[in-house]
Amino acid sequence: MFEVRIHGRGGQGVVTAAEMLSIAAFEEAHHAQAFPSFGSERTGAPVVAFCRIAEKEIRLREPIMEPDALIIQDPTLLQSVDVFSGLKKDGFILINTKSSFEELGLADYVRDWPADRLCTLAATDLGLKHVGRPMPNVPLLAGFAALSGVIKLESVIMAINAKFSGKVAAGNIAGATEAFELVRARIESARKEAAHA
Amino acid sequence: MSFQPVKFYQTGTFTVGNRLLVPEERSVQANMERTNSLNSGHRACQGCGEALGARYAIDAAMHATNNQLIAANATGCLEVFSTPYPETSWQIPWMHSLFGNAPAVATGIAAAIKIKRLKGLKDDVRVVAQGGDGGTTDIGFGCLSGMFERNDDVLYICYDNGGYMNTGVQRSSATPPAARTATTMPVGQQPGNVFGQGKFMPAIAMAHEIPYVATATVADLRDLEHKVKKAMTFRGARYIQILVPCPLGWGAASQDTIKLSRLAKETGTFPVFEAEYGELTNSSKIRRVLPVEEYLRPQKRFAHLFGKTPAVATLVRLQALADKNIRKYQLLDKEAN
Amino acid sequence: MLKQMEGSHAVAEAVALCRPEVICAYPISPQTHIVEGVGEMVKAGKIVNCEFINVESEFAAMSVAIGSSATGARTYTATASQGLLFMVEAVYNASGLGLPIVMTVANRAIGAPINIWNDHSDSISQRDSGWIQLFAETNQEALDLHIQAFKLAEELSLPVMVCMDGFILTHAYERVDIPTQEQVDAFLPSYEPRQVLDTHAPVSIGAMVGPEAFTEVRYLAHEKQMQALDLIPKMSEEFKSIFGRDSGGLVRPYRTEDAETIVIAMGSVLGTIKDTVDEMRDAGVKIGVLGIISFRPFPLDAVREAIRNAKRVVVLEKTFAVGIGGILATDVRTAFFGFGIQIESYTVIAGLGGRPITKASLHELFEKAGRDDLPRLTFLDLDWKVVNKQLERERKMRRSGPAAENILRDVSSTVAHLG
Repeated sequence: MFEVRIHGRGGQGVVTAAEMLSIAAFEEAHHAQAFPSFGSERTGAPVVAFCRIAEKEIRLREPIMEPDALIIQDPTLLQSVDVFSGLKKDGFILINTKSSFEELGLADYVRDWPADRLCTLAATDLGLKHVGRPMPNVPLLAGFAALSGVIKLESVIMAINAKFSGKVAAGNIAGATEAFELVRARIESARKEAAHA
Repeated sequence: MSFQPVKFYQTGTFTVGNRLLVPEERSVQANMERTNSLNSGHRACQGCGEALGARYAIDAAMHATNNQLIAANATGCLEVFSTPYPETSWQIPWMHSLFGNAPAVATGIAAAIKIKRLKGLKDDVRVVAQGGDGGTTDIGFGCLSGMFERNDDVLYICYDNGGYMNTGVQRSSATPPAARTATTMPVGQQPGNVFGQGKFMPAIAMAHEIPYVATATVADLRDLEHKVKKAMTFRGARYIQILVPCPLGWGAASQDTIKLSRLAKETGTFPVFEAEYGELTNSSKIRRVLPVEEYLRPQKRFAHLFGKTPAVATLVRLQALADKNIRKYQLLDKEAN
Repeated sequence: MLKQMEGSHAVAEAVALCRPEVICAYPISPQTHIVEGVGEMVKAGKIVNCEFINVESEFAAMSVAIGSSATGARTYTATASQGLLFMVEAVYNASGLGLPIVMTVANRAIGAPINIWNDHSDSISQRDSGWIQLFAETNQEALDLHIQAFKLAEELSLPVMVCMDGFILTHAYERVDIPTQEQVDAFLPSYEPRQVLDTHAPVSIGAMVGPEAFTEVRYLAHEKQMQALDLIPKMSEEFKSIFGRDSGGLVRPYRTEDAETIVIAMGSVLGTIKDTVDEMRDAGVKIGVLGIISFRPFPLDAVREAIRNAKRVVVLEKTFAVGIGGILATDVRTAFFGFGIQIESYTVIAGLGGRPITKASLHELFEKAGRDDLPRLTFLDLDWKVVNKQLERERKMRRSGPAAENILRDVSSTVAHLG
């Protein structure tokens, strides 16, 4: 079973991200379960959503305590929420930010981490660029696909079409495609660096 | 021998009842084919205004709908005295659910009929909801307002006797000021029901701007029947409030039911009118305005206002309320008066 | 057809397939998505010949359902928690009158203190109302149970409550198999009422029944629940023959055949329990699970048969009888008491107000149970420090303030911002 935890704030599409991840996994014939941590719905409040992906029926219902991957949609949460709680060693971390892990003060935390498990992505900008709204969730989802290889970009696109239509869907697909490429390139160069090191 | 043609001057009037009226103008009650929807054998008190009003109203509704009518009834006197298990005096399909939900139950019945009609039911079945003032203005208020707001195709009839009679004459929000009830006793600083209280549901119904609102009393059979039949020509939410004296609750003689209804109208205490979509369209004029005292005296529930030291200030206030009704609902025939 | 969708929407689709004629509902978390789903389908013409009514309260919702059902229309509504309580008078009225209304209850805790998260206190509070109460383990079962519910209700002339965990099931995206209209039509015929308001055959429904007949009328309600005990498994069999899967029924045993410890529970928590049980079985522990699907009627015989050879049962429930202990646990004890079955029983109150039930806690709990090292009654994961602090506060001063606010303040300083 592969467990993903997505952190963000109300209004950033965290819950939709988890749902879309589950749809993408479903399209690849996996079993998937997505659900939010059910807080009062309020824009700007911290939100957590979960997604489990497995090859057989998922019966477990508890919140994800030991994720295999983290997607952090809002880096300001790093100050107030323990987003890394329970993260498995060498788990995937994707952060929506223009800063680096070091600049975010996470250098110590990820010191011994495999470089190709970590990535940052200016997802909010991608959202603005392709859909005209500062929504980071779809680019991050595509970035996660590239980072983890758990789902394909094609499946992300199917999930986009399941949730959106018309121009918004088209914009999201463009944003997803760009995000996927960016992350894929970054991971490749991280691997090359590691190989040379 | 020459033939002297006899002129019956009473022809065409109500003077000799229905006998000399053209059939279309005769009351439903005079019709041999009336359904007698509330059949005899029910357990109402002698002189019960509600039993009379219900029979008049439902027979008229049946007549207007070609006998295609379903009724939802709130808990109360009418429901209790008409269905003492294992008997029922209703000749129509009739349902009693709870005290406060008659309007909502009627909404459900109307919705089901609508679907049945879509699926091929030929009959144009209509729905009536009925309840006393307690079930209407108090506990059923929310459901009634909801039904009005959605404009559901239901005629709601409120039998107003100004109190929770079935449970022993307690005060409702429709109880007139100064009236004695078991919970507004004639003691203390303000004997009887307090002033400044009381919801006049017809005005609230008008505020919802539903297609048709009317008031009536059991004193005028034809007026009541006319209003019920007229209500049935509209689709959507309709409301009729009928004043129905309760001899037991009012402390009145059982033979005074119709007389008291007439006095309520003629003093202006109970305005009789019609409204459509929130605007007054018609009022039943008072031929000769009577002082409220004439209405109050025959009822023991107002007895504490009279006697050795009459409650003059209270009587003045009650008169003022009646005067206000006369103005507000245009109850005077300007030419006649 | 397999789909990945939100539980509420799966239920909405199942209800739509049942050809409802009148739907009336009032919004309340966490049922809102179900009602919005069917509402949209009606408005868009995806459900034909159906009237969708936006009512002004839950009391109105059940009342409209009563009128509609009595007029012969297949009627559906949904609610939760406070909404269920607000309609209680009508809930009893519906079952007393024998009207086959189907209602989803998206299980949510009852306040005060106000809490929008999942537990079973709402449905359980109505266990004596005469309604049939079925608890879904997964979203697949939730949608399947609605289809079975309409048939069950109409055959028995009794209303049915389909209970599904609020948020945990209603708001979870998971894989479901949505049946075809042909399958549902083959299973569920059109509604033939036992009693109906019909202008061609007038009847009076809702008479006052006095002492001379009330007991007999009420006994019939009891009798109907007994009939339901027979009908529910048959319904599940029939469902399987048309839809091809196990769904519904009275109970669902899992690895109980040689189990020494049997955990009994209802609803979505069964999934987490099964994962825990599998891990313990791998380690050689003889433990199994008995899921209760039909809470009312309570399957006394089926429960007794399932547990009779175990050493102990651990009844884990998301509700409790204040001052006494368990409610499900009491029904379970009724099942085996007096039958000469020697069995320990432990009550565990868990998941109140949406507190997550974790595998880790369950492991610890079941291990203790295996050693018979559990008290009779356990409140799982209760923070005793916080409770004792409040009790101390109340002992010290009269004006100790609202208990809930005090506890929240104590807890918020240490809460982890997770689910």
